[in-house]
Amino acid sequence: MPSSVMPTSRIDGRQSPAAVSTAGLRKSYGDKTVLNGIDLHIPAGSVFALLGPNGAGKTTTVHILSTLIAADSGRAQVAGHDVATSPDGVRAAIGVTGQFSAVDGLITGEENMLLMADLHHLSKREARRTTAELLERFDLVEAANKPASSYSGGMKRRLDIAMTLVGDPRIIFLDEPTTGLDPRSRHNMWQIIRELVSDGVTVLLTTQYLQEADELADRIAVLHEGRIAAEGTADELKRLIPGGHVRLRFCDPSTYRCAADAIREVTRDDEALSLQIPSDGSQRELRSILDRLDRAGIEADELTVHTPDLDDVFFALTGSNQPNQPNQPNQPKEAVR
Amino acid sequence: MSSLALAVRDASTMLRRNLLHARRYPSLTLNLLLTPVVLLLLFVYIFGDVMSAGIGGGGADRSAYIAYLVPGIALMTIGGTVVGTAVSVSNDMTEGIMARFRTMAIHRGSVLIGHVVGSVLQSVMSVVIVGAVAVAIGFRSTDATALEWLAAFGLLALVALALTWIAVGMGMVSPNAEAAGNNALPLIVLPLISSAFVPVDAMPGWFQPIAEYQPFTPAIETLRGLLLGSEIGHNGWLAIVWCLALSALGYLWSKAVFNRDPK
Ligand SMILES: Nc1ncnc2c1ncn2[C@@H]1O[C@H](COP(=O)(O)OP(=O)(O)OP(=O)(O)O)[C@@H](O)[C@H]1O
Ligand SMILES: [Mg+2]
Repeated sequence: MPSSVMPTSRIDGRQSPAAVSTAGLRKSYGDKTVLNGIDLHIPAGSVFALLGPNGAGKTTTVHILSTLIAADSGRAQVAGHDVATSPDGVRAAIGVTGQFSAVDGLITGEENMLLMADLHHLSKREARRTTAELLERFDLVEAANKPASSYSGGMKRRLDIAMTLVGDPRIIFLDEPTTGLDPRSRHNMWQIIRELVSDGVTVLLTTQYLQEADELADRIAVLHEGRIAAEGTADELKRLIPGGHVRLRFCDPSTYRCAADAIREVTRDDEALSLQIPSDGSQRELRSILDRLDRAGIEADELTVHTPDLDDVFFALTGSNQPNQPNQPNQPKEAVR
Repeated sequence: MSSLALAVRDASTMLRRNLLHARRYPSLTLNLLLTPVVLLLLFVYIFGDVMSAGIGGGGADRSAYIAYLVPGIALMTIGGTVVGTAVSVSNDMTEGIMARFRTMAIHRGSVLIGHVVGSVLQSVMSVVIVGAVAVAIGFRSTDATALEWLAAFGLLALVALALTWIAVGMGMVSPNAEAAGNNALPLIVLPLISSAFVPVDAMPGWFQPIAEYQPFTPAIETLRGLLLGSEIGHNGWLAIVWCLALSALGYLWSKAVFNRDPK
């Protein structure tokens, strides 16, 4: 097998002990390349979020790291064990909640929990204690004696994660843990993830919710077309794209033209009669814009401040069109091509 | 924990899970029991007089025909039970819970071992239930010793093991539970074209080799020999070889499929 082109030195000799590290991870199905050289380094005790559009390969990555499927090439270590050569070492350290429900629908929620406890070789007492505690924590006490197949989607999801926590895994993979949860359950889940991290657990989560990554993750990687398009803290990622601006909208075309003349460095949208002024949204910059408008005696019909958020990063990096943002700073490059 | 102790512990956890399924949803098991019982009653009370004409030169009475039928019905019962196994294995494979098991540090084969042991236990239980019906309508073993009874049960368990492994393989390659049920159907049908209901000699000449050389016939003949004192001859070891060969085949097949990357 040809060795990977990506540098593989990251996997060894890094200062902070990595709970998860990969180098040059590749996987294809037929001639479709899903992962094309993934390098990750997730320090122990941190939360790492994997972002990416549908089909980006998030689940594939989680499957490889959790020993469900084998990579075509590259190396991956979890808890110091190589996923290919020491899968049992990996399995002993991890807890996995896959994207799709992994509960036994034919038995009750409580029986599912006890099954997990038995498979973790807990004593009878310990099993009952853990089960009761987790059912309580995930708000499943009432449903505990009903078959899991009768649970709602969100309840199944909660049971799924509760089952993952039996046996106190030190590294947890959560593939879209809050998809399908209502806002309250989602905030509960976030709280639980934070508690896990404060106990020193390492969490790798994938998500579609950028806010979730922003809230929870120490570091975020954006996966796009089989590669890590960008990686860093939420702030680092936001700094990557100059998305901040103030938007002024007008109803009257002549006012609009006056304003465009008064404030020069603007992006014009003649059709929508709106102006976009690059700005970091600070009070000082806002005041200067307002001052200039006042001096020209212009009153805008609408003023909105837009600071870059992870959505902007996501759309910029994954090349999708963001709705309502025709003049995004990174777009002109596209037009030239 | 030693790896053997680990295997035993995990497999018995999985076995408990399967038995729990069977207890929670007895309808599947009961449905599968219904086929052999209905066939037994049908052949004895409806077709009995005609069918028994082909046995023992035409002089056989009803109880002799029941005796003739029971070994075949017993095998059919096992066939029916393992269809249920194929269905539940297929259910497991298509459910997410299997992915969870695969990411846990448990004995890898324990899920399958749990299914196999559970299926053999259920088969034996089903045979006992169907056997009780047979006794109720007049089945009597002629002169079987305790040892022969034991051997008969041993053989039934061996057949159950063989058919179970085949059914596990079928369940694993089937895309869904229905397909698994259909794929495993031959395991119920095969006894129909054996010596279960009429002697092979009474079948058309071209058909006789099919009936003669299929796995059920030697097992049925051996059971008859053990319980009713007829000639066993080479059928004894033939039955055992069939069972061992099918078990090995089903085991290797299931293992190969199980170790493939999922999906
Ligand atoms: N078993 C498979 N056979 C063929 N193609 C596959 C298989 N599994 C995944 N793929 C393909 O790999 C790509 C990545 O899939 P993956 O499930 O990892 O995406 P994802 O990032 O998790 O997407 P989503 O956000 O929709 O969950 C997809 O194009 C998918 O079609
Ligand atoms: Mg996915």
